[in-house]
Amino acid sequence: MTALARTRIDEVALRLADTVAWLTTPLLPDDYLGLINPLWSSRKLRGRVEAVQPETNDAVSLTVRPGRGWIAHRAGQFIGVGVDVDGVRHWRTYSLSSAPECADGRVTITVKAVPGGIVSPYLVHRTKPGTVIGLTRPEGRFVLPQPVPSRLLFVTAGSGITPVMGMLRSLVWSGEMPDVILLHSAPTREEVIFGAELRRLASQVPNLRLHEHYTRSGCRLSLAQVPDLVPDWCRRGVWVCGPTAMLQEAETRWREAGIPDRLHVEHFRPAVAASTGGAGGRVRFLSSGQRADADGATPLLVVGEDAGVLMPSGCRMGICYSCTGRLRSGRVRDLRSGREYGEEGELVQTCVSAAAGPVEIEL
Amino acid sequence: MKTLSEADIEEFGRELDKIREDVIASRGEGDARYIRRVIAVQRALEVSGRGLLFAAVLPPVWLAGTAALATAKILENMEIGHNVLHGQWDWMRDPEIHSSTWEWDLVSPATQWKHTHNYLHHTWTNVLGKDRDIGYSLMRLSPEQPWHPYYLGQPLYNAVLAPLFEWGVALHDLELERLRRGDKSWGQAITQLRAILRKAGRQVVKDYVAFPLLAGPLFMPVLIGNLTANMTRNVWAHTVIFCGHFPDEAAVFTEEQIEGETRGEWYLRQLLGSCNLDGGPLFHIMTGNLSHQIEHHLFPDLPSNRYAEIAPRVRALCEQFGLPYNSGSLLRQTATVWKRVFRLALPTSAQRPEPDAPASAQAA
Ligand SMILES: Cc1cc2nc3c(=O)[nH]c(=O)nc-3n(C[C@H](O)[C@H](O)[C@H](O)COP(=O)(O)OP(=O)(O)OC[C@H]3O[C@@H](n4cnc5c(N)ncnc54)[C@H](O)[C@@H]3O)c2cc1C
Ligand code: FES
Repeated sequence: MTALARTRIDEVALRLADTVAWLTTPLLPDDYLGLINPLWSSRKLRGRVEAVQPETNDAVSLTVRPGRGWIAHRAGQFIGVGVDVDGVRHWRTYSLSSAPECADGRVTITVKAVPGGIVSPYLVHRTKPGTVIGLTRPEGRFVLPQPVPSRLLFVTAGSGITPVMGMLRSLVWSGEMPDVILLHSAPTREEVIFGAELRRLASQVPNLRLHEHYTRSGCRLSLAQVPDLVPDWCRRGVWVCGPTAMLQEAETRWREAGIPDRLHVEHFRPAVAASTGGAGGRVRFLSSGQRADADGATPLLVVGEDAGVLMPSGCRMGICYSCTGRLRSGRVRDLRSGREYGEEGELVQTCVSAAAGPVEIEL
Repeated sequence: MKTLSEADIEEFGRELDKIREDVIASRGEGDARYIRRVIAVQRALEVSGRGLLFAAVLPPVWLAGTAALATAKILENMEIGHNVLHGQWDWMRDPEIHSSTWEWDLVSPATQWKHTHNYLHHTWTNVLGKDRDIGYSLMRLSPEQPWHPYYLGQPLYNAVLAPLFEWGVALHDLELERLRRGDKSWGQAITQLRAILRKAGRQVVKDYVAFPLLAGPLFMPVLIGNLTANMTRNVWAHTVIFCGHFPDEAAVFTEEQIEGETRGEWYLRQLLGSCNLDGGPLFHIMTGNLSHQIEHHLFPDLPSNRYAEIAPRVRALCEQFGLPYNSGSLLRQTATVWKRVFRLALPTSAQRPEPDAPASAQAA
């Protein structure tokens, strides 16, 4: 079906839904259809988990069939995933590890359980095929440019391999593998997510070289080793995804080498400033009428969610701006820099801002 | 009832806080499954009811369709709408079952009702001159309200209000008496009225125009079925709600009495101003668990499916503190409500006879 035809069909469907809404008011046709199949909703993008594939002891790949409203992704992009854990909806971000070219209408995410976490242990240990999850459309700029550069370097650690796996699979699919080097670091050989597939690819595809580093055996991957391992590193486009310290080091090195624009990084969690202490205060969420006491280190997003406010959110780490609210009064602290700011009417990213004294926000 | 010391009242409050915390700590997947199931059943019932009405060539089919639709509307209004709008399910963070997004199948817009009900009624429960739900500004339901010949007709007003209850609620939310007093601007009232008309318009078109027209030759059976379902829901809601606060034993308070009220005293007022209805699990669901009016008023934002579970604890606590826990059958409570409507239609002195004296005066 052409894109144009699809838009036309969507338009007709929308108009039809508007008419039928006179019969379902105050609800929408969706509210009834959703009971038959949650994936039919045109307002809420959802997906059904169709397969759960263990990758390592504490990581799985979930194959998801997205419902109506999904758009094709680019390799390396991420999506929002909403799940109900103990009855409470939580949203987190996960990179797509499947190649967009794989056109069976399904995508995969690969999740590593973070000890003590809420969502990742649930996805890894408690999710069964058939589970319906909330989704947001793919986004993100951690992608390969078109045309693909002839020399690439990937540096990843732990679950940071996921977006890069999406890119590698996409390159394999295209049949034209450029000169690729992947430096990957994991605690042990067994804990390398996609270990078997990566090793098989490296042995089959001549242009792909894989260097594995196992931190538990003392072989920590330091970016200082890059020039030794990859002599032509300066001439490669580089994509790095791993712990914050690794990303910060990469940023420094590539900046000092004078080629910061060759470097692309993906953060999985916000880089929190060292000194985010400081007094919090009472937060008033004006639109919902809720109130809560916040300390100076908890993001307003979490404060609101815990108070039962429907807080909009996306990446939860300060990159997508889905979570903003207008400040009516008070000041907030940017948890990434520790900087205090805030003027009446200013838009605040609630996921990376904490209260610095009493705050009123229009959410 | 024995006299409670200030310390007793605060102790009573702390015990209730504990019950509240226990429920909050144990809210989880089971509760979420409960409300989603009620919503699914309600929507399925509604669709079946309307489907049956479309096939209502025979009277029993019409009756079944109307009954299913009425049941669906009662569930929608009470166990679902009322409780979702109270924020009882906000903790799930599901935007589709949330007090800030919910809209119900009544002519009154949910936002207006949230203000007059959640805020005014639940904060000022049974406080004369503050709780506008006392008699819905239409009737004299407390001897402390000064009598006026107008009240002679109140048995009739109440009988008319019951089947039209949703319209009464919409009008009630307009707060016309504040407009008369000048507390509220015409501009505000007109904005509100527009919202009501918009909402009510869609409701009327749905039930009395669109569905009947779609039914073609069965226009009349569908129209009458929908009308009957709406009125049944209205009468039922009116009955249950009036039983919650206006049986004879429920106390009424004055503004002076509640000045500087502590948390414990607030709990006490909620307890003394509310009455429960006895019944089985299905009955409780059909009343939207307002049969647990006492628990609902003590903890308006706890999930309704938990009221039955905490009721014995609340009751035991009342016993321990020598406080009344007013509970009775629907029939009995309705009878006392009507008795009150009739009795207060006639002029009575402001002083109530001894057994009815506001309990708070003794308790506080
Ligand atoms: C763009 C983007 C892409 C992402 N892609 C993936 C992916 O493909 N696979 C994947 O597994 N995760 C990915 N994440 C991370 C994911 O979104 C969650 O943050 C992670 O799963 C933890 O969620 P949680 O609910 O289990 O932990 P939470 O309950 O949120 O946190 C619990 C504790 O763990 C800490 N914590 C949070 N995240 C991490 C982490 N990554 N490592 C160590 N400690 C942490 C928190 O500070 C907190 O103390 C991505 C994040 C972003 C922003
Ligand atoms: S949630 Fe993405 S910027 Fe806050």
